[in-house]
Amino acid sequence: MSENDYLPGAQVPDARGYFGAYGGRFIPEALVAAVEQVAEEYEKAKTDPAFAAELDGLLKDYTGRPSPLTDVRRFSAEAGGARVLLKREDLNHTGSHKINNVLGQALLTKRMGKTRIIAETGAGQHGVATATACALFGFDCTIYMGEVDTQRQALNVARMRMLGAEVIAVKSGSRTLKDAINEAFRDWVANVDSTHYLFGTVAGPHPFPMMVRDFHRVIGVEARQQVLDRTGRLPDAVVACVGGGSNAMGIFHEFIPDAGVRLIGCEAAGEGAETPRHAATLTKGDPGVLHGSRTYVLQDEDGQTIESHSISAGLDYPGVGPEHAWLKDTGRAEYRPVTDDQAMQALRLLSRTEGIIPAIESAHALAGALELGRELGPEATILVSLSGRGDKDMHTAAEYFGLYDSEGK
Amino acid sequence: MASKLSEVLAAAKAENRAALIGYLPAGFPTVEGGIEAVNALVEGGCDIVEIGLPHSDPVLDGATIQTADDIALRGGVRIKDVLHTVAEVAAAHPEAAVLVMTYWNPVDRYGVARFAADLAAAGGAGCILPDLPVEESEEWRKAAGEHGLDTVFVVAPSSKDHRLAEVTAAGSGFVYAAAVMGVTGTRAQVGNLAEDLVARTRATTELPVCVGLGVSTPAQAAEVASFADGVIVGSAFVQRILDADGDQAAALAAVRTLAGELAEGVRRR
Ligand SMILES: Cc1ncc(COP(=O)(O)O)c(C=O)c1O
Repeated sequence: MSENDYLPGAQVPDARGYFGAYGGRFIPEALVAAVEQVAEEYEKAKTDPAFAAELDGLLKDYTGRPSPLTDVRRFSAEAGGARVLLKREDLNHTGSHKINNVLGQALLTKRMGKTRIIAETGAGQHGVATATACALFGFDCTIYMGEVDTQRQALNVARMRMLGAEVIAVKSGSRTLKDAINEAFRDWVANVDSTHYLFGTVAGPHPFPMMVRDFHRVIGVEARQQVLDRTGRLPDAVVACVGGGSNAMGIFHEFIPDAGVRLIGCEAAGEGAETPRHAATLTKGDPGVLHGSRTYVLQDEDGQTIESHSISAGLDYPGVGPEHAWLKDTGRAEYRPVTDDQAMQALRLLSRTEGIIPAIESAHALAGALELGRELGPEATILVSLSGRGDKDMHTAAEYFGLYDSEGK
Repeated sequence: MASKLSEVLAAAKAENRAALIGYLPAGFPTVEGGIEAVNALVEGGCDIVEIGLPHSDPVLDGATIQTADDIALRGGVRIKDVLHTVAEVAAAHPEAAVLVMTYWNPVDRYGVARFAADLAAAGGAGCILPDLPVEESEEWRKAAGEHGLDTVFVVAPSSKDHRLAEVTAAGSGFVYAAAVMGVTGTRAQVGNLAEDLVARTRATTELPVCVGLGVSTPAQAAEVASFADGVIVGSAFVQRILDADGDQAAALAAVRTLAGELAEGVRRR
C-alpha cells in the first residue's frame, strides 16, 4: 500500500476504511458478514498473481485496454489554446470506464462462489457493463434503475435486457440513482447468501471506495505514462467529472503524489449551484452518512437527503465517494460546479470540432477543461477523463438542441 | 439502577410471558395523530414502543414503512416532532418504555450529544440505530450512557458467533434479533432462523433477546414468545393505519385491537 502514502503520515484508507474523517462502514448487521467477505476476498485476490493475470487478460482482450490518449487540437483552440488531451475511456468495450471495476468485481464474485449479481445504475453504463460481465461469466443479473433514468437512458435499458439482465425501474423517492441504490441494498439484505452487490462507484461501505478505486487506477496509470511519452512532462491539471467519483478517482490516484499536478473534479450544478436544482455535493453539501459511508451529502438540517438534479443521470446523486471528501478537505483536489448548459455546450463543441460525441457526464469534465484552459493559457497541458461515449444521450441532446425534424418529436 | 427498559422487560419475565414491543413512525399520519396512535398501542397492550424517525432513505424498510415515512415527511415532520411524540407518550404512559428507532444520519446531523440529551429529557428510554454497527457506535454509546439511555443493537441470522459476542457486549436493554434476512414487512411465516439465532445470542449474553421483522399475527407472536423475551411488531400496525385511509378513529381502533390480540399472543406461549 506504499503508493497510498501520499500525504505525510496518511495511510488511506486505514484499516477501518477511513480517509481522514470520511468513509467507514455504516451498514446493518445483516450485511456485516457479506461486506467482510468482500473485503477479505479482495485482500487475498490483490496478492494472487492468478487474479491479476486473469484481470489483465480481460482488460486487454475484452475491454480493449490500454485506451488511447487523443490530442484534440481544434477543441483546444476554444480552451484558451491550452493543450487538451483526452483519455479515451469511451472506447472501452460497453462504452465507458465502468467496465474496469465491473470485471474486477465479477472475478471476485466467482471467487466468492456467488451466482447472482445485482447493481444500481444511473446513466445505465454501469448497468450495461454489469449485464455484460454477467453474460460473460454466466451470472444471474438484476439491475436497479430509477424510473426517471429508465426513461432518459432508454437505449441502455434495452442493451441490458438484450444482454439477459432483469431491469427493475425504481419508483420510490426521486426515482433516480440514490433510490436505485436504496433498492439494491434492500435486495442484498434479503439475498446476501447467493448475491454479490456489484457497487458501481467509489462510494458505499469499506472496502468499496478503496476497491473500486483500485480497479479504476489503471486509467491514471496508463494516462500518466502516455502523457509523459507524448509531451515529455506531466500535465498541469487532470480534470474529470464526479458523480460518485469513480472515473475521477481512477484517473487522479496515480497523480496524487505529483504535487505540481492540479486535480480538478467537475460536479453537476444542474440549473446552477445557487439554485435548489443541482447535484453539486462537494460544493454545497455537508458531512453526513449516506449509503454506508461518511462523506459529503446534500441534506437538510434534520439529516434528510435533499434530492439532486442534473441533466446527466450518472451525476444526479446527492452523495460522493469519501476519498473525494478527503481530497477536498486536504486541498489536494479542487471541485467545481458545471451547469447543465455548460456541459451541453461542451458536448456539442467536442462533437463538432473533433468528431467525438461524449457522454453528458464526461461533457461536464470537458466544460471544466474549457474554463481551466482559459485560465491557464496556451502553455498549459490538461488531461481530461473522457469517461464515456454519448450514444445513450442522443435523445436528451436532440431535445436540448432541437435536432429532431420539426415533424418528428 | 436498572434502566426503564430493563425494568419493563423484567416485569414481563416475572409474569412468565414475553414482552410486546410495537413500532410506529412519528408524524404518521400527522404529528398529533401519530401520538394518539402510539398511545393506542400502549393502551392496547404494548409494554414497549419504538417511535420511528421517518427518513428520506429508509434502506432497511419495506414498502409499508417506506409509505408511512413518505407521508410523515411530506407532512413536514421534523426531529423536534419526534422528540415531542416521545415526550407525550412517556408522560401519558409512565409504565411503558419509549424508544426511538432511527437511521444514523439524522442523529449525526442533529448532534450526537444533543440528541442523547434531548431524548433523555423527553423521557425516552433508549435508541435503536439499525445502520450504526458496533464499530462506529462509540461516540453514541458514550453520549447515551451519560444520559442513562439504553442502546439496543440488532443481530441477524447472518451474524457469526464471534460477532454476536461483540454486538451483545456493546448493547444494553435488550438484543434485537432479526427473524429473517431482509427488510421490514409482514411475512407469512417467521421461519426457523429466528429460534436458532435467539439460542446463539443467549449463549453470549444475559440481556433479554427480543425478535422482530416479519411478525404480524397473534399466532406468530405466540410462536416467537415461546423462545424469545419479547416480540416486536411494526409493519402490521402501520398497515392498519394505512388501511383506515384517513379515518383516524378507525385507525386507532384497529391498532388498539391488534395490540390487544398480540398481547394475548405473547401470554399464550
Ligand atoms: C460515462 C460516465 N461517466 C461518469 C459517470 C459517473 O460516475 P463516476 O463519478 O463514478 O465516475 C457515469 C455514471 O453513470 C458514466 O456513465
